[in-house]
Amino acid sequence: MLHIKCPYCGMRSQNEFSYGGDASVKRPELNKEIPDEEWDNFVYNRKSLRGKHLELWQHLFGCRQWIKVERDTATHEIFNTYKADEEIS
Amino acid sequence: MQKYSIFNLVKNAFSNHENWDLAWKDPTPKEEYDVVIIGGGGHGLATAYYLAKEHNITKVAIIEKGWIGGGNVGRNTTIIRSNYMHDENALFSEFGMDLWRKMSQDLNYNVMFSPRGIINLAHSDAQMNAYARRGNSMRLNGIDAVLLNREQVKEIIPMADFSENVRFPIFGGLMQPSAGTARHDAVAWGYARQADSMGVDIIQNCEVTGFDVTAGKINGIRTSRGNIKTKKVGLCVAGSTNILAEKLNMTLPIETHLLQACVSEPVKPILDRVVTFGAGHFYISQSDKGEMVMGGDLDGYNSYAQRGNLPTLQHVLTEGIAMMPFLSKLKMLRTWGGIMDMSMDGSPIIDKTHIDGLYLNCGWCYGGFKATPASGWTFAHTIAQDRVHELNAGFSLNRFSTGHLIDEKGLGTKTWIS
Repeated sequence: MLHIKCPYCGMRSQNEFSYGGDASVKRPELNKEIPDEEWDNFVYNRKSLRGKHLELWQHLFGCRQWIKVERDTATHEIFNTYKADEEIS
Repeated sequence: MQKYSIFNLVKNAFSNHENWDLAWKDPTPKEEYDVVIIGGGGHGLATAYYLAKEHNITKVAIIEKGWIGGGNVGRNTTIIRSNYMHDENALFSEFGMDLWRKMSQDLNYNVMFSPRGIINLAHSDAQMNAYARRGNSMRLNGIDAVLLNREQVKEIIPMADFSENVRFPIFGGLMQPSAGTARHDAVAWGYARQADSMGVDIIQNCEVTGFDVTAGKINGIRTSRGNIKTKKVGLCVAGSTNILAEKLNMTLPIETHLLQACVSEPVKPILDRVVTFGAGHFYISQSDKGEMVMGGDLDGYNSYAQRGNLPTLQHVLTEGIAMMPFLSKLKMLRTWGGIMDMSMDGSPIIDKTHIDGLYLNCGWCYGGFKATPASGWTFAHTIAQDRVHELNAGFSLNRFSTGHLIDEKGLGTKTWIS
């Protein structure tokens, strides 16, 4: 069982969260010509890293906020959690 | 190669079975091969076998990081079926069913193929309609499908919960009588033994560390046991696809996720079909040893761990108990996990790539085991002829950019959502 520290509510069990996928994916900016390749990378292509992975989770059965979690995909260790709009250095 | 037969069994009994040949050799890597297959799982071994058998290409190496058959071919729930609605999946899987039926004779290895039938349970009128549609699509593609009502299902699996006040009452089900199970390890070993006998080098404990690509062409691979020259490389590494793709500067429509399975203690024969729960994701069959073999949902987040987490297991088994209440009395014997190459539309990729001589076989999601023979057969064709076969033409890598998705389950790009 994962324990995820919600930046709003504190440490909670994995059962309260739902997963939202890779958080490093950026939607192409609007109001400009966007090549198909860029849409492809946004919609379909994923690095799916082994090791440190920045991902979205939603505290669905809690405060319902979306958050970012930095987690190791091989060991399941969670290094850090952030608010969704927080800049990560 | 020594043939496995009743006569050889009796003959070797006189020498206490101490003089059997090794089933495959342990060669050191040669300097150069015509084709290198990366990944010694079911698909990689089958590809090498069909390269030798169908295309007469025998200067082939299989490079395996661990030991052959130690990944998903040894971790699945052994289900074989072709109950798909979309043409691409249906025709490909049905071609595979034919290979399954002949496999034990073809490989001279008993893979214990048991066409016991699969029943997908329906729990609402809407689901019955959807199954009728899927069944009709299957029959149009020449696949056997029978729509069962509640009474017919009850006759076949009376141990399921047919009481009145259940949350998900059984309305009926869709059965594919020719589906079934097979002994998964035997599939890997059978392909390995035959491939080896035709000259394929099975190289274990050898990790691929890089690729030699010049001017858009593959020239060889680098491994922990030295460099190997080759003009053709086939990737068959399932959950490790993204790790190797990164070394090739490729980003693929694949995410690696964890899927768990488990078996109960062995009990006397009670279930002679494969059954799936229609109101969730749970499937069950009984092995020849008597264990109830069960599986269900992904853990739900990217993982390379090859071991699962308890919340998902609990969720899956809750579905199992809702479907067949007697399961609650059984003790769990083993649980394990494997890492799945989840594609973005739930269907596989067997294709050439933008690098000349690099071929890709991945995206098997929940259904890699049953695809083993058809995947090996079509991948061998794609590599040998340098063009896709009509059976895997739909499983192209560029379908994601052209919009020709094969979204069998209608899940969209988040195949890990359960």
